[in-house]
Amino acid sequence: MSEAPAAPPTASADRTSDAGTALLLRPPEPRAGWRLLPARIVAMCAVELQKLRHDRTELYTRAVQPALWLLIFGQTFTRIRAIPTGGIPYIDYLAPGIIAQSAMFIAIFYGIQIIWERDAGILNKLLVTPTPRAALITGKAFASGVKSLIQAVVVIVIAALLGVALTWNPLKLLGVALTVVLASAFFSCLSMTIAGIVLSRDRLMGFGQAITMPLFFGSNALYPVSVMPGWLQAVSKVNPLSYEVDALRGLLLGTPAHLALDFGVLAGAAALGVAAASSLLGRLAR
Amino acid sequence: MTRDTTAGPAEAVTCTALAYTFGETRAVDGLDLSVREGEVFGLLGPNGAGKTTAIRCITTLLPVPAGMVRVFGHDPAAERMAVRRLLGYVPQQLSADAGLTGRENVVLFARVFDIPRRERADRVAQALAAVGLADAADRLASTYSGGMVRRLELAQALVSAPRLLILDEPTIGLDPIARTGVWDHINAVRAVTGMTVLVTTHYMDEADQYCDRIGLMHRGRIQALGTPAELRQGLADRRRAAGAPATDPLPTLEDVFRDIAGSGLDDQSGGFRDVRSTRRTAHRVG
Repeated sequence: MSEAPAAPPTASADRTSDAGTALLLRPPEPRAGWRLLPARIVAMCAVELQKLRHDRTELYTRAVQPALWLLIFGQTFTRIRAIPTGGIPYIDYLAPGIIAQSAMFIAIFYGIQIIWERDAGILNKLLVTPTPRAALITGKAFASGVKSLIQAVVVIVIAALLGVALTWNPLKLLGVALTVVLASAFFSCLSMTIAGIVLSRDRLMGFGQAITMPLFFGSNALYPVSVMPGWLQAVSKVNPLSYEVDALRGLLLGTPAHLALDFGVLAGAAALGVAAASSLLGRLAR
Repeated sequence: MTRDTTAGPAEAVTCTALAYTFGETRAVDGLDLSVREGEVFGLLGPNGAGKTTAIRCITTLLPVPAGMVRVFGHDPAAERMAVRRLLGYVPQQLSADAGLTGRENVVLFARVFDIPRRERADRVAQALAAVGLADAADRLASTYSGGMVRRLELAQALVSAPRLLILDEPTIGLDPIARTGVWDHINAVRAVTGMTVLVTTHYMDEADQYCDRIGLMHRGRIQALGTPAELRQGLADRRRAAGAPATDPLPTLEDVFRDIAGSGLDDQSGGFRDVRSTRRTAHRVG
């Protein structure tokens, strides 16, 4: 930045005239109450997509881990046949778990972005716009959902290339998208809640590292709940990741699933997450 | 929509005995302030004088009890959204999102201020042109110089046609030419829109040159108030009354400030927090 030329101070007057300033004199009308939330969600998601368009590095680097899980872990355990999968190849069984896991990894570190935005003053600026805190958090949660959704598409493509027999039924794929977005909204809110408590990027990194693996291993992503010891089954029961994986398996592979329960739990968890993160947002504004 | 009857219709901002405490620290301690509609009001003071905290109370970022603050008659304690719709806010840090282009940065604020889609592009173009960034609009903000980022933030604030523009240390960390550039654009826009400007700074020369009225702030409250000329003349009169020769040059604002704040300014002022945020800004400017 330092080598960029300083702004010429005289450029203003002539430039101002050719685009006009008429619109800058008239404040916009406030939007009707019910339209505010969707508008904020669109605004935050648009930012996320624009950033991804300018810099796709993240898209590629994030594809490495799930590819390795499916290629190495998936293919090896398919041969070993150690895990009861209900008659399907293990790599098929694993694919929805890896979609859920890699989407969760993105969301669980989303709070780092909000701390960065606070340090940069962006968060304060957004908080001085007519955006209630819950609407801002919901917008951010869905923006994280968009990121996770793109990740899910990448993993689905990798899985398909590895020969996993996934559904191509558009309605079911829509259900997959909804599942990923809802779960991502929850995990990103969890992350933003922790951000509101620890208030620093380094500590949030630590927390993120500490909880991702327990959430992953304490779910049905790698193995069915039935083979877990009793205490781990209890963990899995309160772990939203298990419900996400259950729904994804049901939708993508057609295995027996509890879709109504899964969507109910994920939607409820996301709502709780939004409430928790928005109540702590004030600490980040201070 | 209740107007403060004692303040009258010509007040853009009034603070009445505003106080805010961080733990043990009384950052703002009985601040009385009134900013008239249409003027450029400068809040001056050293680091740690409470300027930024006062700004955060006015911008709804910090919760204040009812009755302490009015923005065009609206109390932030009761009508937070109404206050925010009247404000354009540029925080101390250079807060543009480096991962987006200049235009995308402004579009985000057009969206969160509910500017309808049909006029969004035009309004954004006008805001960018008003700060002389029309040509650089589609470059990533990461390629901007410090002065350009500041002007981009002005465009973000202007896109919603605010009645009150609040600038927290707008020229901190900028070189002299970029500083002049930022002020030239503020004044050009003000000439067209007639909006009120509330600015904090610790550059006395800038305040002298660009502010209609100045409030000198020290230890959380206003210690002196008036036009720059009044403040300097007041000190000259006091000095003459104390026996100084009439041939002495007119004191500068800095002299006025030293006179009011007394000695011990250097060890009183500032704190780690300020130093850190200033460094952060300096670092981002490059």
